[in-house]
Amino acid sequence: MHMADALVAPVVAGTMYACSGAAMGYSMKKVRLENAPEKIPVMGVMGAFVFAAQMINFTIPGTGSSGHLCGGMLLSAVLGPEAGFLSMIGVLLVQCLLFADGGLLALGCNVWNMAFYGCFVGALVIWKHFMKKGMSRKKIMAASVLGCMLTLQMGAFSVTLETLASGITELPFGIFVSVMQPIHLAIGLVEGLITAAVLVFIYEARPELLWGYNAQGPEGARKPKMSYKRTIAVLVIAAAVTGGLVSLAASSHPDGLEWSMEQVAGTAELETEGSAYALAGEILETTAILPDYAWKSSESPTGTTFSGIFGGAVVILLSVTGCYILRFFKGRSVKHE
Amino acid sequence: MNRLQKAVKDIHTVDAKEAGRKGQSKVHPLSRLAVTVLYILLTVSFPKYDLGGIGAMVVYLLITGIWEEISFREALGRIWPVLLLAGAVGIANPFVDRKVCWESGSLAVTYGMVSMVTLMLKGIFSVMASYLLIMTVGMEGICSSLRVLHVPKEFVTILLLMHRYLIVLLKEAERMMQAYRLRAPGQKGIHVNAWGAFAGQLLLRSVDRAQTVYESMLLRGYTGEIIGKRPVGKRGISIGYAVSWTLVLAGIRILPVFQMVGSLF
Repeated sequence: MHMADALVAPVVAGTMYACSGAAMGYSMKKVRLENAPEKIPVMGVMGAFVFAAQMINFTIPGTGSSGHLCGGMLLSAVLGPEAGFLSMIGVLLVQCLLFADGGLLALGCNVWNMAFYGCFVGALVIWKHFMKKGMSRKKIMAASVLGCMLTLQMGAFSVTLETLASGITELPFGIFVSVMQPIHLAIGLVEGLITAAVLVFIYEARPELLWGYNAQGPEGARKPKMSYKRTIAVLVIAAAVTGGLVSLAASSHPDGLEWSMEQVAGTAELETEGSAYALAGEILETTAILPDYAWKSSESPTGTTFSGIFGGAVVILLSVTGCYILRFFKGRSVKHE
Repeated sequence: MNRLQKAVKDIHTVDAKEAGRKGQSKVHPLSRLAVTVLYILLTVSFPKYDLGGIGAMVVYLLITGIWEEISFREALGRIWPVLLLAGAVGIANPFVDRKVCWESGSLAVTYGMVSMVTLMLKGIFSVMASYLLIMTVGMEGICSSLRVLHVPKEFVTILLLMHRYLIVLLKEAERMMQAYRLRAPGQKGIHVNAWGAFAGQLLLRSVDRAQTVYESMLLRGYTGEIIGKRPVGKRGISIGYAVSWTLVLAGIRILPVFQMVGSLF
């Protein structure tokens, strides 16, 4: 999918250099923030590995043809998206200078089409999402195949757009896309399978090398920083403070809806007529403990405070009860399945 | 020769040229890099029907190649992939753009044909310019130019390490492939059952090697930047080289050189 210099107009090349340069600047900043100098040689040697591994032909069963692994996805699965992206830029630069794969002018386009999508979309959107609750062979397989296919599709689509924007070919957009996308879907599938095979091997042999791997296993992969009980206690205290103290500063001015109604209709209270409205109003007057956020027939500020705490408690109680009820029904439905 | 062997040979060719040139070049790599980028930029900026204009750009390639004693046969060996790519993208041009621009008897040349040939020439010239650059300055020269351009030192270090270990890992991969071929005669590539283990082993060895490399670097006083040999370019000659080529290339881009020379006769 390497674009050659001849396929890019200077304006398109400049724009893509700017985009890739911005992504490179961001990645460099993140790598520096990590402050791990031992990672730099790993990035260099891993770049050389990807280059060497891409020269190996992997036989595709039943077709007689061969494929190679997907560099961006593999690098970001081992080094992380930012470090992987920087290594991929190095790979693309070496490929363009030493092996005439791509070109100096088209480097910005190639970095965007192959390194950006492969590393950032592949790692942050696909890999991270799949590995959120711990790693497994199946997840690695799925993330690799899906990641390679998706990022290659995005890259191929970008190639089409960049070539057409450069005014190089007379091919109509529809035909160009319909040729590029299916080919790269097949390539993506093969590259994804090869990448998955390599990553599964690494997972079995040295899982700590994979980005996002947690040694505590799937259960400990997303260990909460605070226990469940402590979280509930903090929430209860926060609700009490918010409802009890902050409600003292509640504005006496109308809220947004009331203000709008005043502007349109001249009043914030809707005129209601009819026996149903009257009956509902009477029930509400009788049952409401704290009408208008205060004690009945009292303007005391303690009424506002109490109404805040009381309201908070009722909301928490209702939420918790609702959750338990839903969980009860969910449990029953699972058992029936 | 398989791809791995060819890659090793290509790197050896560049390294040998670089080793043979040590201390001789008086032009700073940055000047050469700037001229190459300008050359590619001007080449691809020609209109799609300006075949004569692009043809004149061959002057730079010829002069540099002959002056620096670079084999054109080696350079031409690299143009096939780009020729195929440009051909595939430009193949529709002769069918879509059928307006005739030149006719002689039954032979007619359409604008579509001209634009396709122009596209291919752009590809060939750009690849050859990049090849001449790497053959004249080497990878270390490129890296030192990038540092002058304030590209972050971490990135330049990654690039240098990548270049240095490329040959090691390519040879290692080739050794593994050879061992595999000996155990699986007649097999075209790596069998699906060995996909993960084959490349995975290479990856694990690479990671271990990176750790050893880092420890060695620390022992030799690594402080975040690899200090390579400083390029020996002379300031005046480097500036003169860049300015004179800029003027020549701009002249070729603006003026119809081929027509002007032809009108003299």
